[in-house]
Amino acid sequence: MNALPPEPIAIPAARQSPARLALRRFLRHRLAVAGLVVVVLFVLAAAFAPLIASADPNATSWTAIRRPPSGTHLFGTDENGRDVFARVLWGARASLAAGFLSVVVALLIGVPIGLLAGLAGGWVDALISRIADAMLSVPFLILAIALAAFLGPALENAMIAIAISASPIFVRLARGMALEAKATDWVESARALGNPPWRLALVHVLPNIIPPLLVQATLSIAEAIIAEASLSFLGLGQQPPAPSWGSMLNSAQRFLTQAPWLAIFPGLAIFIVVLAFNLLGDGLRDALDPRSEKK
Amino acid sequence: MLRWLARRFAQIIPTLIVLSVLIFGLQQLMPGDPALILAGEERGDPIVLAQIRAELRLDRPLHEQYLHWIGNVLVGDFGFSWRIREPVAALILQKLPVTFQLSVMAFIIAVVIGVPAGILSATRRDRPADWIANGIALFGISMPNFWLGIMMILLFSVELGWLPPSGYVSITEDFWQSMATTIMPAFVLGTGVASVLMRHTRAAMLSALAQDYVRTARAKGVAERVVVWKHALRNALIPVVTLGTIEFGRLLAGAVLTEQIFTIPGFGKLIVDAVFNRDYPVVQGVVLATALIFVALSLVADLLYMAVNPRMRQA
Repeated sequence: MNALPPEPIAIPAARQSPARLALRRFLRHRLAVAGLVVVVLFVLAAAFAPLIASADPNATSWTAIRRPPSGTHLFGTDENGRDVFARVLWGARASLAAGFLSVVVALLIGVPIGLLAGLAGGWVDALISRIADAMLSVPFLILAIALAAFLGPALENAMIAIAISASPIFVRLARGMALEAKATDWVESARALGNPPWRLALVHVLPNIIPPLLVQATLSIAEAIIAEASLSFLGLGQQPPAPSWGSMLNSAQRFLTQAPWLAIFPGLAIFIVVLAFNLLGDGLRDALDPRSEKK
Repeated sequence: MLRWLARRFAQIIPTLIVLSVLIFGLQQLMPGDPALILAGEERGDPIVLAQIRAELRLDRPLHEQYLHWIGNVLVGDFGFSWRIREPVAALILQKLPVTFQLSVMAFIIAVVIGVPAGILSATRRDRPADWIANGIALFGISMPNFWLGIMMILLFSVELGWLPPSGYVSITEDFWQSMATTIMPAFVLGTGVASVLMRHTRAAMLSALAQDYVRTARAKGVAERVVVWKHALRNALIPVVTLGTIEFGRLLAGAVLTEQIFTIPGFGKLIVDAVFNRDYPVVQGVVLATALIFVALSLVADLLYMAVNPRMRQA
């Protein structure tokens, strides 16, 4: 019997980057993962709408007006005999595009302006903050409706209106984070080393504010999708005959007694996709901000 | 306190000035000449166009137009509706009570559902009651309220026939009929706010329950019911009161679509009709009025915060 001394177990230096920790926290959050899966499914459905739905979303049919859901028309047909399933799928394009693009534009407007306000301070900050305050004092949807009304009814204009209405929240967020970062030692030392302000903003501040921006952006997409549906419902977004969930709901209201399925499916689509984005946003918040994690 | 108020006003006034510039500026986004829109059939007639331009001061430089407009706004003149041919301020005042009734009812529904659900959820943390309350709140936040409205009409008016699907009866005319016409829209409007209030109440209760004074109270043997309802809740409600006031302002925005669905002749219907009729002064007026209400409410929220939080009074 040769009693060997136990082999010293090599302990690998725990390589736990914050990003990996965040990813793990996110994956543990089952509802958030479910939200992500639903979002991905909707994106795929929108992208491959022509392949999934055999029917043309704008093809009217005299013989198939207001047919209830069946094998040939999964979600039934509308008052012009158009296939509701195809229209819901194609409508996902308008909704998701409006959600993503308007939030991206809102980020592109809001973040640089917010960083400028936070880093520059003084009257620049005062002016920018007052503009953001003024915009935030008009409720999001009313601002979007007013902007869309003046720009004229079209999906692009609705997206611009939503983007502008959503931007002040990013201004405020970026400004706050920039102020916070400006007070830290590492930004102070970077400044002492002679880095120009734009470099401070891009290299030292921006990467640190990405997590909260990502969380807010996800929640803003949910809000933007509802806003696009609302504007289209009011006739200020996607113009007929192009399908959009909001305008489908608008025309469905006239046939509520005869054809309730016209109102059920587009609304359900909005609800599910918004719910998914909200779940995703909540999960991201828990994953990216360890402080908010349940104690 | 007075100094604090002075500081607060020093912040509000520039915000209001910027706001007035932005709302005035909305006009500039308009594609095309407003005179052409207004002239309608007579757009070929230069005399009519010149007359409209002179009447609306469109022939003046922009800053002059702004000063004229803001001067009128300051004395309560929000302009003149292009289509209804009535002063915008009068239209707003006429529609506001309807929306106000709806908002108050919605707010009561929201408080009655949201606050107890938040307390329940915080005291039963990570147990089924908490999950259910959180789940319902998430549904409430994700539900587009115009769709919820349509679904409720489908269920309660079309299927069951219990409530009228649309229309409005004034509260002074017939109280019960008024309730019947507004209960569904108020519920639809209230759900979103109920969800937000529930989340705020839950978070505030959880942080209050984790405080030292709660531990002390528990340690000295105070009944759990008293700890929750007296010690924790009182402190937890401070932020909830503030947030609740702000949320009340958001009801105005929600009312736009809700009123459209239930055809209730309120504030929201006014802006939507104005949008369709290209009645731009009304759109501007409604936006301005909403913003003023919102700014006033946030001031009220701050004052309430001071009233309920004695520590703030010295500031």
